[in-house]
Amino acid sequence: MSTLEPADPPLLEAAHLSRVAGGVRLVDDVTVRVRRREVLAVVGPSGSGKSSFLRLLNRLDEPTSGTVYLEGRDYRLIPPRELRRRVGMVTQTAFLFPGTIGDNLRVGPRHRGQELSEETIAFLLEKVGLGGRAGSDVRHLSGGEAQRVSVARALANDPAVLLLDEPTSALDEAATRDVETLIRRIVGDQKLACLLVTHDQAQAGRLAGRVMVLAAGKLARIGATDEVPHAEDRLH
Amino acid sequence: MLKTVFTDQVALGSVQAALAVAVTLAVMLLARARAIHLERDIVVAVVRGIAQILAVGSVLLLLLRGPRWTGVFLLVGMTIAAATTSARRARGVPGAFRVSLTSIGLGAGSVIALMTWAGVIDTAITALVPIGSMIVANAMNTNSLALNRFRSEVESHVGLIETALALGAGAKETVSPYVRAACEASLIPAIDSLRSLGIVWIPGLMTGMLLSGSEPIYAAIYQFVMIALIFSASGLTALTSTLLIRTYAFSPAEQLTLRPGPAAGG
Repeated sequence: MSTLEPADPPLLEAAHLSRVAGGVRLVDDVTVRVRRREVLAVVGPSGSGKSSFLRLLNRLDEPTSGTVYLEGRDYRLIPPRELRRRVGMVTQTAFLFPGTIGDNLRVGPRHRGQELSEETIAFLLEKVGLGGRAGSDVRHLSGGEAQRVSVARALANDPAVLLLDEPTSALDEAATRDVETLIRRIVGDQKLACLLVTHDQAQAGRLAGRVMVLAAGKLARIGATDEVPHAEDRLH
Repeated sequence: MLKTVFTDQVALGSVQAALAVAVTLAVMLLARARAIHLERDIVVAVVRGIAQILAVGSVLLLLLRGPRWTGVFLLVGMTIAAATTSARRARGVPGAFRVSLTSIGLGAGSVIALMTWAGVIDTAITALVPIGSMIVANAMNTNSLALNRFRSEVESHVGLIETALALGAGAKETVSPYVRAACEASLIPAIDSLRSLGIVWIPGLMTGMLLSGSEPIYAAIYQFVMIALIFSASGLTALTSTLLIRTYAFSPAEQLTLRPGPAAGG
């Protein structure tokens, strides 16, 4: 296993993270650190625990053992709502709430009693390439547009970490390239730490500085993207 | 026709029951012909139904000779049985039995207690137990419908619920539309009963009162009273049940525990 670790203090650290559900060890003693402005790709064969690992990082699921440190603080000490605001998530399917794009962006801040200004909404939509579309009904969006709304909605919470669970797997090639460009830009602009689950090794190469390979829930390998070429292929 | 052949009431009742079972079995066979397999459910339900109602009849016979307060014990027993049945319907819903027992107990129990205190329900065992059991049974149906609908709603909206959680929403807020839907759906039978009273159906209680020689207007009014009590108990049960179940659907760390199965994906 590569021991490459960034020099900066980690923004997010998974420490010996494990989860067993229904007698199955979904995630097995995974330790990894991610720093600000870094994209870490999580790859591995189907069923290797990529999504399960990601769901532990914002505590949508409870680890059986181990924990996560967010800016050095054990996340079990952070109220779950605050934690999830700080660790945003974009899923493979963009689950949008009924209403307009603007309504969707307001959801997160509203849950903590804040009203997002029209200027902020316009700024966020501009950032994801949907400028001037705040009033559009989400029922009329394409898959790529819906995924952009999903990203903007996560950003509306001003997160420190962004978890992306196969955000382009349901999109066509053009929409995939658009969303990739968007991810690259926001990670830099917002100084985010980003974990990207992908089954596409090429995408990992395009977006991530490092890649971690999961196999049967275990961390099989981690290193710079060019040091772990076609790591997933070797596991098959 | 049967009454002319069978003069003994037990014999008459047995033949009538046999005919009713025959109709039930005919429906089962019709369903089977359409590849809808209800055989096991129907046979078990018919056998259980006969055994249970005969057992209750025997217990009532014994209780009629006992003090009035024994009726309360019988109703408590019925409430526990109702909660067990309801919880079985809501298999997979965390805390289903506790939620059912609390909801049915509170919904049916408070209405029965209040109305017995007010003199609307007679304290005689022959009145308290049958009327109380009607209220408990309807509360049970409402509770089963509420839990069942809540589970279906949550299971079909897991993505939206977890998206809201991931955006920092409180657990209870994320399921509030489904709590409302479950509550409204569970009360449809009770509302429809009240709405169609006397037009679509003349309930058994009124029929019984008429047969036993009560004034028809009083029988009609009392039947309305009963249906209104059933609605009130059902309403309270549905409100309690859907309020409680929100809590059981999540872990203390606000993770959705009511899920169709383990999370799919890589």
